[in-house]
Amino acid sequence: MMRTYAGHSTAKASNELFRRNLEKGQVGLSVAFDLPTQTGYDPDDELARGEVGKVGVPISHRGDMAALMEGIPLAEMNTSMTINATAAWLLALYIVVAEEQGVPQESLQGTTQNDIIKEFLARGTYAFPPAPSMRLIADMIAYTVEHVPRWNPINICSYHLQEAGATPVQEIAYAISNAIAVLDAARERIGEGPDGQGGKRMEEVFGRISFFVNAGVRFIEEHAKLRAMATLWEQLGRERYGVSDPRHLRFRYGVQVNSLGLTEAQPENNVQRIVLETLAVTLGRDARARAIQLPAWNEALGLPRPWDQQWSLRIQQVLAYETDILEYPDIFEGSKVMEGLVEELLEGARAEIAVVAEHGGAVEAVPYMKGALVDSHRERIRRIESGEQVVVGQNRFTESEVSPLTADAEGGILVIDPAVEAEQIDDVRRWRSERDQGAVDEALSALARAARDEEGRENLMIPTIAAARAGATTGEWARTLREVFGSYRAPTGVGEAAAAAGDGDLDELRGEVGRLQERLGRRPKILVGKPGLDGHSNGAEQIALRARDSGMDVVYEGIRLTPSQIAASALQEGVHVIGLSILSGSHRKLIPAVIDALHQAGVAAPVVVGGIIPEQDVPLLESAGVAAVYTPKDFDINRIMRDIVALVGSDSANGSSSNGAA
Amino acid sequence: MSADGAALGERLRAGDLQAAPAALNLLESTTEDDREQSRALLREVSPAALGGEAKAHVIGVTGPPGAGKSTLLSTLVRAWRHDGRTVAVLAVDPSSRLSGGSLLGDRARLDVDPSDRGVLIRSTAAGERPGGLAAATRAAAQALAAAFDVVVIETVGVGQAETEVAEVADTVAVVVQPGSGDVLQFLKAGIMEIPDVLVVTKADLGRIATRTRRDVSAALRSLGCGRVPVLAVSSLPPVTGIDELVGALDEHRGGLDLASRRLAARREGALTDFALQYGEWGLRALGGRRAARSLLAEQDPGLETPALVEVLERGLPR
Repeated sequence: MMRTYAGHSTAKASNELFRRNLEKGQVGLSVAFDLPTQTGYDPDDELARGEVGKVGVPISHRGDMAALMEGIPLAEMNTSMTINATAAWLLALYIVVAEEQGVPQESLQGTTQNDIIKEFLARGTYAFPPAPSMRLIADMIAYTVEHVPRWNPINICSYHLQEAGATPVQEIAYAISNAIAVLDAARERIGEGPDGQGGKRMEEVFGRISFFVNAGVRFIEEHAKLRAMATLWEQLGRERYGVSDPRHLRFRYGVQVNSLGLTEAQPENNVQRIVLETLAVTLGRDARARAIQLPAWNEALGLPRPWDQQWSLRIQQVLAYETDILEYPDIFEGSKVMEGLVEELLEGARAEIAVVAEHGGAVEAVPYMKGALVDSHRERIRRIESGEQVVVGQNRFTESEVSPLTADAEGGILVIDPAVEAEQIDDVRRWRSERDQGAVDEALSALARAARDEEGRENLMIPTIAAARAGATTGEWARTLREVFGSYRAPTGVGEAAAAAGDGDLDELRGEVGRLQERLGRRPKILVGKPGLDGHSNGAEQIALRARDSGMDVVYEGIRLTPSQIAASALQEGVHVIGLSILSGSHRKLIPAVIDALHQAGVAAPVVVGGIIPEQDVPLLESAGVAAVYTPKDFDINRIMRDIVALVGSDSANGSSSNGAA
Repeated sequence: MSADGAALGERLRAGDLQAAPAALNLLESTTEDDREQSRALLREVSPAALGGEAKAHVIGVTGPPGAGKSTLLSTLVRAWRHDGRTVAVLAVDPSSRLSGGSLLGDRARLDVDPSDRGVLIRSTAAGERPGGLAAATRAAAQALAAAFDVVVIETVGVGQAETEVAEVADTVAVVVQPGSGDVLQFLKAGIMEIPDVLVVTKADLGRIATRTRRDVSAALRSLGCGRVPVLAVSSLPPVTGIDELVGALDEHRGGLDLASRRLAARREGALTDFALQYGEWGLRALGGRRAARSLLAEQDPGLETPALVEVLERGLPR
């Protein structure tokens, strides 16, 4: 199945995009939601500022979902939704809109990603603490297996683990451990059932679980990884969950190939990387992907345009229709080399699965796994910095002719109209004023009651669907549950990471930091902040670690901070410099907002920014008061640290901020 | 250029919480000018200048990693704010021995309203000694005590940690989680000082929490300290035991002879600072620790710690 991951701006604009893609021969939909929708905030929430419509479509209520699906026959559609913390809510909206189209829930087909553990580990769009999050997932599984039998309620994601730096062994082990946690929770929820058919239903559940994996450019090893996962999955089904039907035991997965390895430097090279990565998941028939999504070549630059996405779709079509890849049985069968590679990965993965089990399972092991991923990612960066790992165009063969691809006015990316946010805010306010408020209040208090019941007697999907029907909003649904479940901040992983041993360059850097400390009278202190809802924290984590390893005091509070939170921290902590990281494209609005908040708090410390920042936005940020901007092409972190040391040094020489605000 | 220490001290004395960040920057600094200004600042908030002991309740919160200190503190801060009390939290994190740098992660775990100007959270690195409080942290607690209603010093560890905190706090609360046998062993073996309040977190875990609470109470009784309150709290909704904890902390403070505890803290603090700077040689030059203590005991009880250190320094051979 070929799809492109799509959705942006508004439900109406996304609907037009979906229909165009369907006409071009795409089968099925893959919906991208914006960050407020993914984390359970309405467009008018303070945290949603700058994020509305940015990385996907904003869906606040059933009216938005109806507009998104207008003219698309839901009975025939296979819809994949990249939605996790708020998956129960979005599925409820989808069910209600299908109901309005006259389509019964029994015939709906599709997938909700719904994998919360990887949100805690890598992607960051969680909303509730681990235990109630797992309860929501178990409730969705129990509900769909009975009432929406063709729906895949969860897609276990190892994709994001690799993006966060996982080695192949870690990717396998953590994904399987995650699946065990989910299946155990579902087994407990489903129980024997009133009809005594619990065992049979568990078999169905097992067969409904699919994976969403990653494929990197080392495509032989990546293929072996998928074969290893298939072996482990089958074994798990037989031994732990008593599954015997071979159809249910098959390892089913979709894939998005690696984005981590895509470069901002010479971005045209990403096309061949994407092609090779696609081979990893298609070469051998025994471990071939069911559905493939390819990133766009210019993802590291900004938001791809429809044309960029078309290019990615065409890669798949060439592979499927022009090459002979689909004409052979498994071409690795009997290969000693492949078997050996698979065995090696299996051995490593089994050992790591045992470690996670010793921590009490995947939910309890989140801090352990996060720390391990941060460590692996650091190792990867070290290899690239030292040149041990070659990245063509980035740390080798860096000379280049001028690229005609990125020469147009907008630099070859899509820019979302800032008016979208204001429009959505008006829309949700209008929606709230026009609905039957009494019915909404009643539905939300029924939801709160069901959530509060610790024995969980009522499946949460039932009051959730009722609230969707009554016209509640995404923010209201999530707030109701946050009030009962409490809020949560995931571990950052940086505290667990071991200190780096010094090498020559790092030792030299420590010397520079030490000299700065003598001049300042205090150890240089940096605040690393992630404003907005963007949960991609790998970059911020690596900056925080390197700052510590070079001898600075580092305040890192993790993701999802408002400008006022960042300003309060900067003031109270008396930091010498502030580093902001942002990858969601909301920097144009959020960075000036943070700088504004800092000024209001009386903080004069300089600000540097890192992330996916298109070159044409740099002047805007600089005129807002940003001292320096770093993008993925600045892979040498020690160099960034040296810049920061120099910046703080010259700033204190000017006497403006060495002692923060008075 | 140094900040004006005396002016910052005066502002703190007048209850201006907005002066706190700059005051902390100054107190942490090691340049000669800044240290001069720091001494001026502390003079302005000394008991002599205040006309009595600083108003704040200085509370040490300590316990092993993972015991739930930050979650507990978030809930406590909310309860104090609900009562209208202002709160400063000094969160002490360990430093990397390799680079000297540190990751100050505690702030992330404290969930408080960022727009609330009645709460200040400051992360500080532990400094050179393992488990110890940096001299700046002790000075910071004394300075902030003039302006805030509650000053919390949060440290990680059991054993050495609560001894260090006890040097400056009015009340020391040790936090343990259900099933943590180490604390029990430390208590019984006398490795750990007896805290003023013992808190068992994660009461929502049920039986295991109840059992831990019972075991800790029994251990305290067998040591003849049955009067130390042992409280079980749950910071997860439904929150339980927090009001009782707030009450127990207040009660301990109410029963203290505050003036003599604080005076002892200042004198011991001066001795520690002096010993850190001049080492055993310095102490011997004064005629040993005992002689130093009796020299301190002769001083005006209203003197702040740096002034006491100066008294000791005057005893050194020129």
